[in-house]
Amino acid sequence: MSLKFRGLHMGQKVLLSSKEINIILHRLACQLLENHLDFKETVLVGIQPRGKFVADRLAKILKEEYGVSQIDLGYLDITFYRDDFRRGDKTLEATKTSIDFLVEDKKVVLIDDVLYTGRSIRAALTAIQSFGRPSEIELLTLIDRRFSRHLPIQPNYRGRQVDAINDEKVQVMWKENDGKDVIYLINK
Amino acid sequence: MSELSVKHLLGIKYLNEKDIQLIFETADHFKEVINRSIKKVPSLRDITIANIFFENSTRTKLSFELAEKRLSADVINFSASQSSVKKGETLIDTVNNILSMKVDMVVMRHPNPGAGIFLSKHVNAAIVNAGDGAHEHPTQALLDSYSIREKLGDVAGKNIVIVGDILHSRVALSNIFALKLQGANVKVCGPKTLIPKYIESLGVEVETNLKKALNWCDVANMLRIQNERLDISYFPSTREYTQQYGVNKKLLNSLDKEIVIMHPGPINRGVEITSDVADSKQSIILNQVENGVAIRMAVLYLLASKIK
Repeated sequence: MSLKFRGLHMGQKVLLSSKEINIILHRLACQLLENHLDFKETVLVGIQPRGKFVADRLAKILKEEYGVSQIDLGYLDITFYRDDFRRGDKTLEATKTSIDFLVEDKKVVLIDDVLYTGRSIRAALTAIQSFGRPSEIELLTLIDRRFSRHLPIQPNYRGRQVDAINDEKVQVMWKENDGKDVIYLINK
Repeated sequence: MSELSVKHLLGIKYLNEKDIQLIFETADHFKEVINRSIKKVPSLRDITIANIFFENSTRTKLSFELAEKRLSADVINFSASQSSVKKGETLIDTVNNILSMKVDMVVMRHPNPGAGIFLSKHVNAAIVNAGDGAHEHPTQALLDSYSIREKLGDVAGKNIVIVGDILHSRVALSNIFALKLQGANVKVCGPKTLIPKYIESLGVEVETNLKKALNWCDVANMLRIQNERLDISYFPSTREYTQQYGVNKKLLNSLDKEIVIMHPGPINRGVEITSDVADSKQSIILNQVENGVAIRMAVLYLLASKIK
């Protein structure tokens, strides 16, 4: 990872602080609760690699703070379903998929950190079908970059809407992976 | 982001250790994919692959074809026995005719060593060697090492003995390259007539006593006698070969430890291993076959991603 993502680059500002992220995660958890109650018919699926952290946090909040006893939580890798295979210079490298439950007739909540072009979500919608036919699929995203969609895809639950221009990058960092919780808007 | 250092898979000789690890990590993901209820991914939907087999094959051909289909590639199959090769067409002409039908990759088995290397220099497609004479069979060696890694956790530092007809075996040569690259200790075991004279220059030891070899090893890879390649008599009789170099349950039970038994297939039951060994808990022969599909998916995926 280059230095500029470590917080040393001039053209970056803090979009959300650790405290704000925490408040937003709690609100998203409450919205999920409102629609899914006991999570008996609902499964949470974090999109690899970065949606995993959001999904982990939400599951933890739901269990520890709102007393949901059991939540099916999985991680979905979408590499083999992407529409840009052979279009870039680099080989697309996969990460681990671990879904040890059936999604047949379940309500699936796809979870990612940043919604940008919508292409990852398109790939995830195809990929999840390999695990059965869900009764319903919803989308939760921590950051929703408006006006940058390539596909008609919108989130059901959003943390914060951002009007970032295409030259900018939204970088979400997590304590467990990057040392601290913070979201930057970076000028490339 | 990493990628393979090669554009073709012609032999293990041309790979480095990082390539092997990348193939294994990618194969881990594909192994998860082929255990889903829907076992197919769309990655190679715009790639056409020709399987060109100038020599007989069951397992390898089926395994490649399945791997290609699981990746959503379009597949055409070609067997020399039903082709214009019989009418005198050259290898380059045959392949170029196939390629003019817009084929991106060629999986080829050929009786001549180096056929894949030759082809890669003359045609514009990614070549995967599915066995070239007694030279190399890289995907077999990859799936063998992958199966060892799966069973024992790691290949580095493990003792592997390859038993049988080393002289005529492409599986043996590719396995030696792959295992040495990963830091395993390798011995070959068989009648002296079936062990190449300069085999030790590859960094392997020769052991002619089967029991000693088995007592030393963690894994025994049992090879078939390649009767179709035996031009002269290399040992007195099959029966004598079996007595000297065949593995049976009694021999396995007499060892100091429990070793893993592998076989690339096809098995000649009762010659190099008995049925009770082939079907025992120590045998990972069928795991090798399952892993073959995942390994070939990984190889095809990684090579296809380099086609521009």
